[in-house]
Amino acid sequence: MIWSLDFILLIFVVVCAIAAITVKDLLSAVIILAAYSFFMALLWAAMGAVDVAFTEASVGAGASTVFFIAAVFKTTRRAKG
Amino acid sequence: MIVQYENIIIKTISRILIPFIQIYALYVIMHGHYSPGGGFQGGVILGASFILLVLAFGAEASQKRISLKKLTVLASLGLLIFSGIGLVALLMGGNYLDYGKLPLPLESIPKIRAMGILGIEIGVGIGVMAIMITIFLAIASYETEGKND
Repeated sequence: MIWSLDFILLIFVVVCAIAAITVKDLLSAVIILAAYSFFMALLWAAMGAVDVAFTEASVGAGASTVFFIAAVFKTTRRAKG
Repeated sequence: MIVQYENIIIKTISRILIPFIQIYALYVIMHGHYSPGGGFQGGVILGASFILLVLAFGAEASQKRISLKKLTVLASLGLLIFSGIGLVALLMGGNYLDYGKLPLPLESIPKIRAMGILGIEIGVGIGVMAIMITIFLAIASYETEGKND
């Protein structure tokens, strides 16, 4: 495990997590959450948990993003408050 | 949402890409017992390929390949395979999901265990695929009353 790569990935994860809950546009939040999931998958793979990384990449960045986009399309795109 | 949207690029790319996604998903399911991956991940990828089919060609055109009735049957079939293998092991005198006790015509216990785990992976894959597509169709075909901005 490379220390600097791990640090950069963790910074990306934290930035994506904070951006996903602060952004007003819900479609942008969904895409940022997919990016968060992707960086999390890279982090799992760097830690040696390849099976967890596989699940995170396929479910977090793949399937749940499609579900969230369908839900946003059916409701509203702007967050209230 | 799932009405057909005329775009030749999306339709052609989907038509080329979907078989490769499905082959990869089958690879992940079949090699689940000695490499990363398995029934759940392969099932999600297989479901994502059908979701891509619905997104590209619309729910009406893909209705003859995947209908809700077929998906319900497939989800129940996956659960039946999973619990059926477990119950067969229980009936043959082992514990629940004890693959070594399965009545398979193989010479050694480790090979019987490998085949039992493969059956479990196939059942999980079919069930997860059907449930993923059902969730997507349920969200996408939900009718909202009132405004839709």
